[in-house]
Amino acid sequence: MRPSQAAPTTEHIAAIIEEHLGREGPLLPMLHALQEAFGHVPQQAVPMIAEALNQTRAEVHGVVSFYHDFRAEPGGRHVLRLCRAEACQAMGGEAAAAETLARLGVDWHGTTADGRLTVEPVYCLGLCACGPSAMLDDVPLGRASPERVAALLEEAGA
Amino acid sequence: MRIYVPRDAAARALGADAVARAVAAEAERRGLAVELVRNGTRGMIWLEPLLEVETAAGRTAFGPVSAADVPGLFDAGFGAHPLALGPVEAIPFFARQTRLTFARCGLTDPLSLAEYEANGGLAGLRRALGMDGRAIVDEVTGSGLRGRGGAGFPTGIKWATVLDAKADRKYVVCNADEGDSGTFADRMIMEGDPFVLIEGMVIAGIAVGADMGYLYVRSEYPDAIAAMQAAIAIARDAGLLGRSVLGSDRAFDMEVRVGAGAYVCGEETSLLNSLEGKRGVVRAKPPLPAIAGLFGKPTIINNVISLASVPVILEKGAAFYKDFGLGRSRGTIPLQIAGNVRYGGLFETAFGMTLGEIVEEIGGGTASGRPVKAVQVGGPLGAYMPVGKFDTPFGYEEFDGQGGLIGHAGIVVFDDTVDMMKMARFAMEFCAVESCGKCTPCRIGSVRGVETIDRIARGDAAGVEILTDLCDTMKDGSLCALGGFTPFPVMSALRHFPEDFSASHKEAAE
Ligand SMILES: Cc1cc2nc3c(=O)[nH]c(=O)nc-3n(C[C@H](O)[C@H](O)[C@H](O)COP(=O)(O)O)c2cc1C
Ligand code: SF4
Ligand code: FES
Repeated sequence: MRPSQAAPTTEHIAAIIEEHLGREGPLLPMLHALQEAFGHVPQQAVPMIAEALNQTRAEVHGVVSFYHDFRAEPGGRHVLRLCRAEACQAMGGEAAAAETLARLGVDWHGTTADGRLTVEPVYCLGLCACGPSAMLDDVPLGRASPERVAALLEEAGA
Repeated sequence: MRIYVPRDAAARALGADAVARAVAAEAERRGLAVELVRNGTRGMIWLEPLLEVETAAGRTAFGPVSAADVPGLFDAGFGAHPLALGPVEAIPFFARQTRLTFARCGLTDPLSLAEYEANGGLAGLRRALGMDGRAIVDEVTGSGLRGRGGAGFPTGIKWATVLDAKADRKYVVCNADEGDSGTFADRMIMEGDPFVLIEGMVIAGIAVGADMGYLYVRSEYPDAIAAMQAAIAIARDAGLLGRSVLGSDRAFDMEVRVGAGAYVCGEETSLLNSLEGKRGVVRAKPPLPAIAGLFGKPTIINNVISLASVPVILEKGAAFYKDFGLGRSRGTIPLQIAGNVRYGGLFETAFGMTLGEIVEEIGGGTASGRPVKAVQVGGPLGAYMPVGKFDTPFGYEEFDGQGGLIGHAGIVVFDDTVDMMKMARFAMEFCAVESCGKCTPCRIGSVRGVETIDRIARGDAAGVEILTDLCDTMKDGSLCALGGFTPFPVMSALRHFPEDFSASHKEAAE
């Protein structure tokens, strides 16, 4: 998941829908592809998907809103996920996350004022033996102290 | 010279990519011919990045290595060095294991099918291709293998139901949603030995007459998704997947599908709905997925580790596998030792070690050096076990008898600074966030649970009884284990650590 900032156009959305139409159970792959292209699932895609899949708009919207991953609005250019689950809590994850949020001046789900970074909670990254854990876009980080997170953000220009 | 630096996400999270780059740069600077292999992890996460060098005497290890250490390792000729650990397989944490499912993880290049075969891979499938479906299913039943995703249902019995179902289409679905905190066995095998999972799914397919498989991987695992996609492409090119599996008259193909950040989608019927492109709401059972699963067709749905254990069972026989274990828990289990622990990682062993041995001897106690207070076993729906229960042997029935569960075998250690009322509150909050919304006790009960614990924290002692009643209602009135088992962590915390459930304990602790 590396959010990009391409502005959604009807043609681009239609092309993505078309690409996945022939698959079994195409909706989740479609939504992932839309989010990959635009950094969110654009509102205007919902009626287009509904028509392509012969479903109601409400059904499609229901699916989009069910899953934590799909964003209705564009986020920051990078996404930092901080693990809040038990194994990371056991290693002081809550305090580390609170400090990272404070340093960035955002709350959970928030985006920095310069639009560079969105911070999301995550419940386990499978890095539970080197917690607390974090992930910047697709880059995993273990023992994610506020200092190590800051160093990673700087390295990535995020 | 052959040097191994893991590509596993946990190794990367601790700097393995920088180490690999440093090895390549240093080799070039010195004009040395170095073959750099990005292997899976051996599972000793506290030693990551763990660098291995192939020598005449086998593979020797160094760790934890940082990029800055690399020139010094070259200077030392990868001999005597402060980071030297000796032969990797002699490291006590590794030497004490019984690696059946994880035999190749960390040993081979995960994307080399040739190395996979040279190390025992495909032997199980080759044998299966010479058997009829019933015989394959009987072999799995005879091994005593039970589902490693949590519920512990006998895998062979599930397969027999799908085999007996008549349908024009059947599916094999692999559950790689691995949402439990403290677990990473599925991730490790997908990144470290992806072909073993493919082989297990192919065997499942030919056993029951299914020619299509879906691997549902959580979106939090980008490395595992990439590794599986690459391995599937290689398997297709090599004829391991496709119209004619290994030249036989059997067809099987498979595809990766990516989840979207919903814990409940690990529940099998919710996962099927998600694969079909619906909200991940839990379905009532019956019908069982084995009868009417994906798109209404008979479907095998199994956890990654269940399926990845099938090749060795077919290769070495049911009796070989069944010989390991304790009571009705047969074979080996990859324990995932995590949280506040000194030696964290994956430890595959026969069922039967006690929790105390696992935490104190294998795990080495806490990372902080403080006393252990509680151990949560089996993920966010598992009980908090106090030190007083450390003599419980690791097995399905044995944990059940102690008011716990083994789940996917995640073991999360907490030291004495943990506030158990906070952990109970977290369990309720997690249930509220992740509930699929179908049943009131789960959806509303969990929100009430958070409020009630906040009341207790404010000094309202009557809250304890309300919380207990609420847990009973959730236990009895929930369709699936999310609502039904959240009472395990909550009530175990309350029962074993009542002193944490008051307004005053906080100040007292400070
Ligand atoms: C809320 C919830 C989450 C679950 N998450 C997972 C999971 O992430 N992985 C998994 O294999 N099983 C999970 N399960 C268990 C599955 O429903 C099912 O039992 C399992 O996939 C069957 O495979 P097995 O027999 O090989 O274990 C979960 C169950 C519940 C109730
Ligand atoms: S218990 Fe909760 S998650 Fe499970 S079906 Fe009911 S509402 Fe959904
Ligand atoms: S609990 Fe944080 S990575 Fe698993």
